[in-house]
Amino acid sequence: MGKRIGMEIALAAAEVAALCRPDVIAAYPITPNTHIPEHLSDIVAEGRLDAEYICVESEHSAISACCGASGTGARTFTATSSQGLLFMQEVLPIVSSLRLPVIMVIGNRAVSGPINIWNDHSDIMYQRDTGWVSLFAANGQETVDMVIQAFKIGEHRDVMLPVNINIDGFQLTHVVEPIIMPDQEEVDRFLPPYKPFAQLHPDKPMTMGALGLPEIFNEAMRAKDEAILQSKKVVLDVWKEWEKQFGRKYEPIESYKTEGAETLLLTMGSMGETAEIAIDELRKQGVKAGLLKIKLWRPFPFEELRKAVKGAKVLAVMDRAVSFGGPGGPVFAEIRSALYDEPKKPKTLNFIIGLGGRDVMVEDFIKMAKKTALTKKLKPEDAYEIYGVRE
Amino acid sequence: MSTANLNPKKLFENFELYVPKLIEKMEYFSPGHRACQGCGEALAIRLMCKALGKDTVITNATGCMEVISSLYPTTAWNLPWIHVAFPNSASVGSGVSAGLKVLRRKGRIPDRYVKTVSIGGDGGTVDIGFQALSGAMERGHDMLYVCFDNEAYMNTGIQRSGATPFGSSTTTAPAGKASIGNKTWKKNVAEIMVEHGLPYVATACHSYPIDFMNKVKKARSIKGPSYIHCLAVCPTGWRSTSETCIKLGRLALEAGIFPLYEVEYGKYKITVDPPEKLRPVADYIKPQGRFRHLTPDQIRGIQERVLMEYNKLMNKVNHSKSWDELKAL
Amino acid sequence: MTEKKWPETWQEVNPGCMVFRPGSASEYHTGSWRAKRPIWDNAKCIKCGVCYIYCPEGCITENADGFFEANMDYCKGCGICAYECWPKAIVMVNEED
Repeated sequence: MGKRIGMEIALAAAEVAALCRPDVIAAYPITPNTHIPEHLSDIVAEGRLDAEYICVESEHSAISACCGASGTGARTFTATSSQGLLFMQEVLPIVSSLRLPVIMVIGNRAVSGPINIWNDHSDIMYQRDTGWVSLFAANGQETVDMVIQAFKIGEHRDVMLPVNINIDGFQLTHVVEPIIMPDQEEVDRFLPPYKPFAQLHPDKPMTMGALGLPEIFNEAMRAKDEAILQSKKVVLDVWKEWEKQFGRKYEPIESYKTEGAETLLLTMGSMGETAEIAIDELRKQGVKAGLLKIKLWRPFPFEELRKAVKGAKVLAVMDRAVSFGGPGGPVFAEIRSALYDEPKKPKTLNFIIGLGGRDVMVEDFIKMAKKTALTKKLKPEDAYEIYGVRE
Repeated sequence: MSTANLNPKKLFENFELYVPKLIEKMEYFSPGHRACQGCGEALAIRLMCKALGKDTVITNATGCMEVISSLYPTTAWNLPWIHVAFPNSASVGSGVSAGLKVLRRKGRIPDRYVKTVSIGGDGGTVDIGFQALSGAMERGHDMLYVCFDNEAYMNTGIQRSGATPFGSSTTTAPAGKASIGNKTWKKNVAEIMVEHGLPYVATACHSYPIDFMNKVKKARSIKGPSYIHCLAVCPTGWRSTSETCIKLGRLALEAGIFPLYEVEYGKYKITVDPPEKLRPVADYIKPQGRFRHLTPDQIRGIQERVLMEYNKLMNKVNHSKSWDELKAL
Repeated sequence: MTEKKWPETWQEVNPGCMVFRPGSASEYHTGSWRAKRPIWDNAKCIKCGVCYIYCPEGCITENADGFFEANMDYCKGCGICAYECWPKAIVMVNEED
């Protein structure tokens, strides 16, 4: 039986990754994810996990080594942040195109410059279209749970895609939280041994990473898109199964006090927990406010989103990244596009918050929610603001 | 006329006659690949695969050999093969090596030795893939890295790389009124690999197939990292005729430009003897369009540098000691 | 697994564009690139195999009599074999249209 422990979330992520019995781990240290590879190397060094730990010379090589290892049929894990994730970027779409279920925890951190080691979501947003299944955890328990779920989702024969689990740098990685840590037997029961679709082995020589001419490229991209679109069903199944075994429920979009809500806030990651307190306070003050928290970022849960915003008059999307010169934050652009064809939809506006670790307090959410509630008409250029900028 | 015809005696000495008939018949790199006519690199790959044999996994950097061998839905490879990107053949190889090791240990693949071999062109090795190569070799994975060096980015159209020789005209270091072409000397990655402390480093060339294949076999037998730097003639990029591919490799050796040697546990050894008196570098330079613009003075400058490099190597051959010998000092 | 040689639709594309037919490049015949073809004069051939070992295509094989011949489906006509054959048993001749 799993037990309730207090543990730093990065260490818990490493512990739970080890419980998933990865065969190969290749990672490179970068703040704020560093404790994950450190702790995993400890676990391997102590002999608690039989795995090859490759202490690579860069993130590019980390993800490349994961590709090679996963190609041989090994269960493979890595972790990174920010510039490290960007350094991996060349390889990220190839991992998904090769259909290799590499699992990665991203300790989300701002992208330089100016250089900044603190949390926002700009690193993952640059990777939005790389074809990875992308999950967002709001706390330590979700982090632990999602690591196990990720292996099961990614390795499923109908998916065969890499999965990243996004956890906010420092706000989650370095925070000690009470976590129910499953034991080995529970994890083994939930996560069967990896049965790869293909393996690089001389007994059955095969080619991975062939050249795609224009005559085949459209079809190859369609096939990849279908794979990730279809993965949603597997994600939902895995979450159902999870709830059955562990009793904790997961949904692509989690709703908090949305019954009768006219004003909705939408967050991803750990800020959802702060926003919940703000919603409680607003409800006390008589403001009909509710909160949506996105847990599944890719494949994007269109259906669930449309359902979740039904009845709301106005929706404020909280972004943690800027799309410079673009239509607002990347989540906002997504949400607006998802709602565009709806005959009845809430007005939408966008607050870009908490960049590079800037604190966002309960009062801030209350302020933003009130501003949102008062929103009547919006010119497109007023649709988004970077919240809390000193002028 | 080929060098073979000029000096039949030489052929007997350097090319063990009839030996070709004894080598592995299996073509692991199948006909139908789209390499240019007379491609030295495709030949070198073919020979390497024969020496490696079946129990091999190849990782390939982006480049000519990847493009010409893997047009989906077909492949020229009869070996398990993976290509990921341009700069990471060595790091993909380190992952493959680790994967094979752990899966064998855990009984999830058959219990026998399979060699990981990472390959790349000169651009993918000495330039963009250099960090990954250095890291993989330094970490000591059980893998062989073979660089097929045709001395420029041939796949993208003959741009200069760190392995392009001085005075060569390329599309990004063109010769012109104000330029000699490429103004830098070739980066010596084999020597850099020696300094990584590898148990086995060698240079090779497809023009000496038995020597090359012996080196590949030796590297394969080493349980650890090893590196082979193989000169591969590119008639397209060198602007030479396709039939002279083998001859140019031979001339590179005979002029002392690309000596064939191996460094085994620190000890340098020449594996194909150059002629007692080296040929002038002009013999090598003249048949190649990439050097066409060079003046006699410039060729003399190259000659001096080649001799210096050659003497530097011979000095190591004459004075280097193996790790065991050094331990006993 | 069953694999269609030339996938038409996206459903027929293998996951990851993996290729499970090793050596299938040989379905493509590079012989059409050739401008010249090698002709062996077996009277001069000493059966050394130099032509075989130096062929970048790997399309030269030894026949039952120990002589060598090129598979014209693949020979690109580079001329290395003729150039390197020191008994001059191979000559390159123009392809006739």
